[in-house]
Amino acid sequence: MSHAAELPVWAALLTSLLLLVGAGLTLLGAVGVLQFRSFFERVHAPTLGTSWGTGAIALASIVFFSSLGTRLVVHEVLIGVFITVTTPVTLMLLARAALHRERAEENPNVPSRAVMRRRGSAPAPEDGAGDAAGTPSS
Amino acid sequence: MSRVLPYPLLALALLVMWLSLTSFSPGQVLLGGGIAVAAARAMAALHPSKPRLRRWQLIPLLFGRVTLDIVRSNIAVSSIVLGLGRRERKSGFVPIPLELRDRTGLAILACIVTSTPGTAWIEYDPDSGVLLLHVLDLVEEKEWIDTIKYRYEALLLEIFE
Repeated sequence: MSHAAELPVWAALLTSLLLLVGAGLTLLGAVGVLQFRSFFERVHAPTLGTSWGTGAIALASIVFFSSLGTRLVVHEVLIGVFITVTTPVTLMLLARAALHRERAEENPNVPSRAVMRRRGSAPAPEDGAGDAAGTPSS
Repeated sequence: MSRVLPYPLLALALLVMWLSLTSFSPGQVLLGGGIAVAAARAMAALHPSKPRLRRWQLIPLLFGRVTLDIVRSNIAVSSIVLGLGRRERKSGFVPIPLELRDRTGLAILACIVTSTPGTAWIEYDPDSGVLLLHVLDLVEEKEWIDTIKYRYEALLLEIFE
């Protein structure tokens, strides 16, 4: 890395700090996957890497290349945008598959479909039909 | 306008993306512009529901709020992984009745919930509008219902409906 020598000190410090934070969060996410006990807990761990893990590493890249060149380099933002937009797709696929399996096995730790009916805090128009009404089909 | 360029915002966003990935020159503007218009017309062939932005001024407020919350929950989940929590932690499901029906709004809410460590969008029933959320560190259900409903949903309702 011959370019790195031309980097001002503040930019070098900021870049390394952001890189350490981003890499550290991603590592913690990976440790979490190993450590948590159930599937639904493990699903939370990688989001450390997809939120500020990605964010800090992308910011480090922006700081590094913007202070090296003369113009602002911002296309790393696109990486963050696309990761944020696409993560829910895979997460929902996995989560719903797991939920389906647990319900089929009648695991008591997982809420049944009856939970998905509206009750309590918000007024619902179909409330008058009684709580025993059939589960809404999706 | 709508026949020639069906999704002006989408086309503009694509052009900006093209220029930031390549370089700013007349040739790239022409090429990127052509691709953007073609993509917007291809999008029109899919007939997606067109989102109506009512109060786009609130988007920066929502963005700021979400960024702050993500920083907070990153710290919270990191300390859970490191085992810094003194008390017994338990995770659980929280059903939340939503008023929001706009598909774009729901998609954005899904992105917010998913990119916040510690909360995961598990299931949504379009008939009842109930969202099933999984929370890693569940202390009080009410607290999470209030966070989703008043911090995010109220703003999204104002922006989209």
